[in-house]
Amino acid sequence: MSDARTEIFSSIRRALGVTSTEAPRRAIVEDRLERAPKGIVPARGQGDPAARKEIFKTQALRAQTSLAEVASLDAVPAEVATYLRDNNLAARVRGGADPRLASMSWTETDFILEQAKEGSDLTSISIAFGGVAETGTLAFVAGKDNPTHLNFLPDHHIAVLQASDIVSDYERLLRKLRMVYGKGLMPRVLNFITGPSRSADIAHTLLLGAHGPRRLHIIIVNDV
Amino acid sequence: MTISTGPLSGSRPRVGLFVTCLVDLIRPSVGFAAVKLLQDAGCTVEVPLQTCCGQPAYNSGDRATAQALARKIIGTFEVFDYVVAPSGSCAGMMAKHFPELFKDDPDYAAKADRFAAKTYELISFLTDVLAVTSVDTSFLRKVTYHDSCSGLRELGIEAQPRQLLKSVRGLDLVEMEEATVCCGFGGTFAVKYEEISSVIADKKAMNIEASGAPVLLAGDLGCLMNMAGKLARRGSRVEVRHIAEVLADITDTPPIGRGQKP
Amino acid sequence: MSITPTSAQFKTNAHHALGDADLQSALAHVPTGFVANRASAIANLPEFDALRDSARDIKNHTLAHLDLYLEAYEEKVKAAGGHVHFARTSDEANAIVLEICKAHDAHIVTKGKSMISEEMGLNDVLAAHAITPVETDLGEYIIQLRHETPSHIIAPAAHLTKAQVEGDFRRAHVDLDRARNLEEPETLLAEARTILRQNFLKADVGITGANFLIAETGTSIIVTNEGNGDLTQTLPKVHIVLASIEKLVPTLEDAAQILRVLARSATGQDMSVYTTLSTGPRRADDPDGPEHYHVIILDNGRSSMLAGPFKDMLRCIRCGACMNHCPVYQAVGGHAYGWVYPGPMGAVLTPALIGLDQSADLPNASSFCGKCEEVCPVRIPLPKLMRLWRDRAFERHLMPWTQRAALGFWAFFARHPRLYRGATSMAIGMLGLFGRGKDNLNALPFLKAWTKSRDFPVPQGGTFQAQWAKRNAGPQIKAPKS
Repeated sequence: MSDARTEIFSSIRRALGVTSTEAPRRAIVEDRLERAPKGIVPARGQGDPAARKEIFKTQALRAQTSLAEVASLDAVPAEVATYLRDNNLAARVRGGADPRLASMSWTETDFILEQAKEGSDLTSISIAFGGVAETGTLAFVAGKDNPTHLNFLPDHHIAVLQASDIVSDYERLLRKLRMVYGKGLMPRVLNFITGPSRSADIAHTLLLGAHGPRRLHIIIVNDV
Repeated sequence: MTISTGPLSGSRPRVGLFVTCLVDLIRPSVGFAAVKLLQDAGCTVEVPLQTCCGQPAYNSGDRATAQALARKIIGTFEVFDYVVAPSGSCAGMMAKHFPELFKDDPDYAAKADRFAAKTYELISFLTDVLAVTSVDTSFLRKVTYHDSCSGLRELGIEAQPRQLLKSVRGLDLVEMEEATVCCGFGGTFAVKYEEISSVIADKKAMNIEASGAPVLLAGDLGCLMNMAGKLARRGSRVEVRHIAEVLADITDTPPIGRGQKP
Repeated sequence: MSITPTSAQFKTNAHHALGDADLQSALAHVPTGFVANRASAIANLPEFDALRDSARDIKNHTLAHLDLYLEAYEEKVKAAGGHVHFARTSDEANAIVLEICKAHDAHIVTKGKSMISEEMGLNDVLAAHAITPVETDLGEYIIQLRHETPSHIIAPAAHLTKAQVEGDFRRAHVDLDRARNLEEPETLLAEARTILRQNFLKADVGITGANFLIAETGTSIIVTNEGNGDLTQTLPKVHIVLASIEKLVPTLEDAAQILRVLARSATGQDMSVYTTLSTGPRRADDPDGPEHYHVIILDNGRSSMLAGPFKDMLRCIRCGACMNHCPVYQAVGGHAYGWVYPGPMGAVLTPALIGLDQSADLPNASSFCGKCEEVCPVRIPLPKLMRLWRDRAFERHLMPWTQRAALGFWAFFARHPRLYRGATSMAIGMLGLFGRGKDNLNALPFLKAWTKSRDFPVPQGGTFQAQWAKRNAGPQIKAPKS
């Protein structure tokens, strides 16, 4: 395959009228990769933490999520139980090894630690890495704490979002990501999720729950 | 050959009217309406001997012919302060595409640019250059207005015709749905892809009919002939006219596709 | 290439499309759905036009430094434990996919929607080697059952009605209870979800496309609404990403800029439901994710586009706004265009990828209304690029000789104003004779293409120039004041 690679690079360079050796071109590219300059950031996500939370809620509702707010992480299991009851679901959720989930007292609901990808459970719970106010979007990172497939396989996805993790825009979320993972490094998967799964592929009719969850329920923990 | 009209005066802008092929051949009244509007707004109007802006050649890939015609026009209209056409499509060709045709010709590019800079579509010339804000005329009808594509997207003509129409006494402007969607004309497109053009024109005709207005106006005779022809074939009684006829109060001639002589 | 193009029969294709009642009823949803939703999304974002400029500039910058960004990207993928393969042609790319599938003894391959895979004709290649490809995007799944190609780049089954989908499911899902009511889209969706869920869990290899490749991090991004792409790439032990060379962007920030215009232009959402950034295979403490991560980067003629005016087309982010807003696409749908990419973007890209002689109709079949350029999120001058193809078609005599002759005849008179004035006066006189006493001409022998479906208005009589000359004959005669 190496000759395909060589040929493609020569063809690109021929078309651009360049060689691979021009120092200024390299400098431009290295600089951009290093600095990762911000472009235009919409005004609509901006504001103090309280305002950001309200914008987040407005945008998330527009994307057909449902929302609840609780005062602290301790209050999450009660809200989960309420949601399961209200939707006539079994009192059981599947979640990852996130210590925050483990430290909650699951009295009304069976909390099952996800080990294999099962695909049969109706409800999952995971804790978001952050929320983006601009579009009401949740960000999740892969790993044992909050396995990626739990965002997609169940019918109901309950997402816990700490209000202190709501940022105004994508650029701020990326900054936080770099602080955690290092510049140029990424979690294996970063999921941006805006509302429940949907499709309009059958007769242009918008339906929720195409392959992923039919419902996305966000519990905002007011920790600020 | 150039025919002078009006008294020669330094303060009066000297306008060369680019009459357009279709107005020349099919509907001279639009040309006379344009002359009247320009004269009323204080211009000296002349009509040099002319043919076509070259758009059919340009859009068919025949750049050599398009360039030859463009050079002829640029030469013919060199003496004028402004070149004005009662068509967004021809004006767009001259103002936007002539420079494109000559951008690689160092000897001619500047000339084409200068020509383009003084070239306007009629209605926007009245409002944007001559600062006309109203016309002193009446038309006691409900009308709807179609935005022709070239005028709208190449020259930004959208508010200007509506502004002048609203100044016509008794005229009731109602907007149709999708007023800015193509009518399906597209010059040679209408005959090369007749079937597709016809379907697009049918949708436009339905929107015109649904507006409830008995009169349709637009600024391009090509689009007007397409819409009038489609409306007539559908048995619609909507009357179709060029906007300049209404603004200039030259409406004693029958609408497009309704008899030859007044 | 594996898909046989029928772009050369555009007119025939369009004729059939216009007579297809099911297709026409499906297409009627395009203006009320996509078009209206986009308009409301951009009305809610004052920065939209500035973001379009930003997206255009990012793409231009990346293309101008594409070799270096590709190198940087490749390094990062390798550092994250992934593999990067380069393919000059569809055949090479198909061979790489096959090799990976065989190395992992794959029998079932799930696929997220990938236009590159359509370009490659991958499904037929897999099937020929006893590997079952299962399309998982709902629209793609439906057309796979019908052995069709997508009619739209983001809504592959945009040409189908509910009843057609029901018929397909009843035919293809052999275990389906005959008595089951499938009249509503909801029940059809539930049926598809059940069938596809089984495939997600069985698949050995998952293949997705990519909306972006990020040089800074070696990340590939997919954007979906269904979540099918995520199940495709998360559950099997191998993930293959198919991407063409122009998918590169420098940084995460650059991707964020373009994402802000992508969904709004495509479906009118602020963001699609799932935007997924993937970097390499499963890591030490990952409970899920693929053990192997491969990226195949396909050229297929694109690198040579970088040299000329069609470079602008390589900015395309495949949002579909141009086709959604195109009156021609809205009339004939996507299949009439005869290959993978329909609408205005297809009219420009197809001739570059399969040759102008195969597709000369596509850049011609436009009224040049300019709506496509107006809505393009990366400001591709689509009408200008279509016109450039027309120039080349004219140079290469690809236009029907009758059209060329008519153009030549007209050009002769247009170049000679005096002859023109005489000839046009005569012609108008004759038209007047034809139309004497009539309002419209409804059957003109030399204007058959016009009068077939609409009348031709009878001219008022006399040309403007002749009347003007007459009225102004003699010195200092004023223009008529009417």
